[in-house]
Amino acid sequence: MLIYVFRRLLTAIPTLFVIVTLAFFLIRVAPGGPFNQERGLSPEIKANLEAQFGLDDPIWLQYVHYLNNLLHGNFGPSYNLPDFTVGELFANGLPISIQLGAAALTLALLVGGTLGIIAALNQNKAGDYAVIATATAGSTIPSFVIAPVIQLVFGLTWNLLPIGGWNDGALLNKIGPVLTLSLPQIAIVARLMRGSMIESLRAHHIRTARALGLSRWSVVVKHALRGAVLPIISYAGPAAAALLTGSIIVETIFAIPGVGRYFVDAALNRDYTLVMGTVVVIAVFTILFNLIVDILYAVVDPRVRYD
Amino acid sequence: MLNRLLRATVFASSLLLAGGAFITPALSETVYNRGNSADPESLDPHKTSTVYEAHILRDLFLGLVTEDQNAETIPGAAESWTVSDDGTVYTFKLREGAVWSDGSPVTADDFVYSFQRLQDPATAAEYASMLYVIKNGEEVNTGKMKPEELAVKAVDANTFEVTLKSPTPYFIEMLTHQAAYPVNRKAIESMGADWIKAGNLVSNGAYTLAEFVPNDHIKLVKNPKFYDADNVKIDVVNYFPTEDRSTAVKRFEAGELDSNDDIPTEQLADLQAKFGDQLRIGPYLGTYYYAVKTTKAPWDNVELRNAISMAIDRDFIAEKVWQNSMLPGYSMVPPGITGYESAVASYADMSQIDREDKAKEILEKLGYTPENPLKMEIRYNTSENHKNTAVAIQEQLKPLGVEVTLLNTDTKTHYGFLEQKGDFDVARAGWIADYKDPETFLGISVAASGNNYSDFNNPKFEELMKQAAAAGGKPEERMKLLAEAERVLVDELGNIPLLYYSYKNLVSDKIHGFDENVMDRHPTRFISKD
Repeated sequence: MLIYVFRRLLTAIPTLFVIVTLAFFLIRVAPGGPFNQERGLSPEIKANLEAQFGLDDPIWLQYVHYLNNLLHGNFGPSYNLPDFTVGELFANGLPISIQLGAAALTLALLVGGTLGIIAALNQNKAGDYAVIATATAGSTIPSFVIAPVIQLVFGLTWNLLPIGGWNDGALLNKIGPVLTLSLPQIAIVARLMRGSMIESLRAHHIRTARALGLSRWSVVVKHALRGAVLPIISYAGPAAAALLTGSIIVETIFAIPGVGRYFVDAALNRDYTLVMGTVVVIAVFTILFNLIVDILYAVVDPRVRYD
Repeated sequence: MLNRLLRATVFASSLLLAGGAFITPALSETVYNRGNSADPESLDPHKTSTVYEAHILRDLFLGLVTEDQNAETIPGAAESWTVSDDGTVYTFKLREGAVWSDGSPVTADDFVYSFQRLQDPATAAEYASMLYVIKNGEEVNTGKMKPEELAVKAVDANTFEVTLKSPTPYFIEMLTHQAAYPVNRKAIESMGADWIKAGNLVSNGAYTLAEFVPNDHIKLVKNPKFYDADNVKIDVVNYFPTEDRSTAVKRFEAGELDSNDDIPTEQLADLQAKFGDQLRIGPYLGTYYYAVKTTKAPWDNVELRNAISMAIDRDFIAEKVWQNSMLPGYSMVPPGITGYESAVASYADMSQIDREDKAKEILEKLGYTPENPLKMEIRYNTSENHKNTAVAIQEQLKPLGVEVTLLNTDTKTHYGFLEQKGDFDVARAGWIADYKDPETFLGISVAASGNNYSDFNNPKFEELMKQAAAAGGKPEERMKLLAEAERVLVDELGNIPLLYYSYKNLVSDKIHGFDENVMDRHPTRFISKD
């Protein structure tokens, strides 16, 4: 198993290299540059700025410099936020996005999973329909609708939650964003869980367990759930990578200083180094969570072995 | 195994959620929570360019001169100044006993260092060009001379002298801009790039930097060493970047923000009904215009450009697209500059119907009819209102035989294209005053300007601008010459002025001293809160 993990991590290196290289050249194909803005700059001043950031070097040299810095853990300065390095921006924002994402994911797995099981056990009965209806609504209402509604209802009407801001991570400030992030995930997880649970409940070993007179709880939680959870794990891996790296919509609407907005802002601002930083972070999270999914498979399903 | 996993995740998530603590400010402190449309790019005054940065830097630093709550120029770090008879040598007497936040005195050397740093190519200051009016400024900035050769000197510790290239009557106004703020040499030289971080930053203004969490907040605390600290009433000002305007309005309503510097314009009518006097809208020195490629057929025809300008119903755009958060504009220099009378387009007084008839006449004469339409492409940068403005113009021009197509690109692409002198018909642009002088609006149409997207090159305009510069010592004559220059610019239509900007502030009843002015500048040192 350890050897397998090690091998997977090794193969991640060339993957990352390809991603970094592609991203480096692709963002530069986009027209305009980091220093184009409403107030135009004279060529001399723009030249000064480009010299300061090494953007006047030939592109291959910039690429070599970037790779070299990256290998030393240096993501470079942000062009549009020169008071901070890209590393500092992530050190500030990533823990915030991870906190919100992790809480949302946990909530989604617990609530969505439970709802899915309830639906599966009451297949084609009222409980099932209720869950499915809620799940469908949850996954179709976009977060840019949910978020302002939460702000209006809980913030302005009932005065229970702050409208926005991080407030040094106060509990109340996290509730709105976590709810918004988790609602669509709850819906998806519930639907997945319902489907796989129904299938799992039909399996031979479940019939055997029932025939042996095991309690309903034991049958469902100990035996059926183990098989039913596999699709959830496959889904949760990439979902976790996406959730933990932040959401631009949720972070913008709730004024949360996470990294989600950098993904879009950096590209629009042609903040090349910040774009590269976000690409590396997303790539690492995606690779890592896919690996975790594969490991969890082996843990949950005794038929899966990586030796 | 699964149970353990579940338990672990529940535990972890409850820890995560409970991770933060509440912060409650001390009771005696007056805290002003101020919404600011965007985070600053930098807090280094020499590396900034936007008004969002200016709001914060105005609290942190004190230039030679500064502004009061009405945006009138008042003495700052300099107590007084004299100008030589020929209008080129400015001698500033610095405030006795003024100190930096670290306690060291603010001296003439600090200003020499700061002015040299602004022009040093290694600083790569965006606004260096504004102070090219200082002798050798441009030469230093373009690497032809050394920073030490800039014509600034410390006569003694308290006397700072600047020599200008030629008389520049708006020089004092310019010094209110953040590019002219002093920075602390010792801090920069000892800490390098880190001098700007909270805890390191040494400033000489009414406030010092306590915290800067990007995308979250900037906390400034009152500087007890500031010379006028006794009259500073706000103890802590928190700047919150409010990129989402709708959220900002809700945060204001919930009392999380005491003011915000923008609103979602599409909700203007509702907001007016809801907030009454707390919503403050008024003229702001900024012009929203369309640049026309004047060097390319058929747009090199002045008559054609005028016809297009006439046919645009600005009242409709201001009212329907911008909900009256912008005003119809007929000149490049918006009204509001004392001593200056803007040169408005000749058809400003005509009714829209008459204008359209006249435009139709011209277009027909030039052979453009609905059957043989003139093709015109409008380029604009991504924004709902820019799009709606362009769509409205498209509809307005259609019956006159102008077939308008729209091209939307993101902001960087848009301005990158204009800067590269790309091939276009008509392109959206805007200009906000850097200082209160018509020159800031007219200078962008001088042939050599990097902002002259229209490639406007009119000998008479150039000549009048030169004459106005030469008339530096005589303000009245200069203003007249500038107005004549604007007359040429408007008649020859280098740009199509469309709208004048308005400021749109939400200000709580609890806030006092947030006085309305055309520059929309509101230093926190003059503000108080109940």
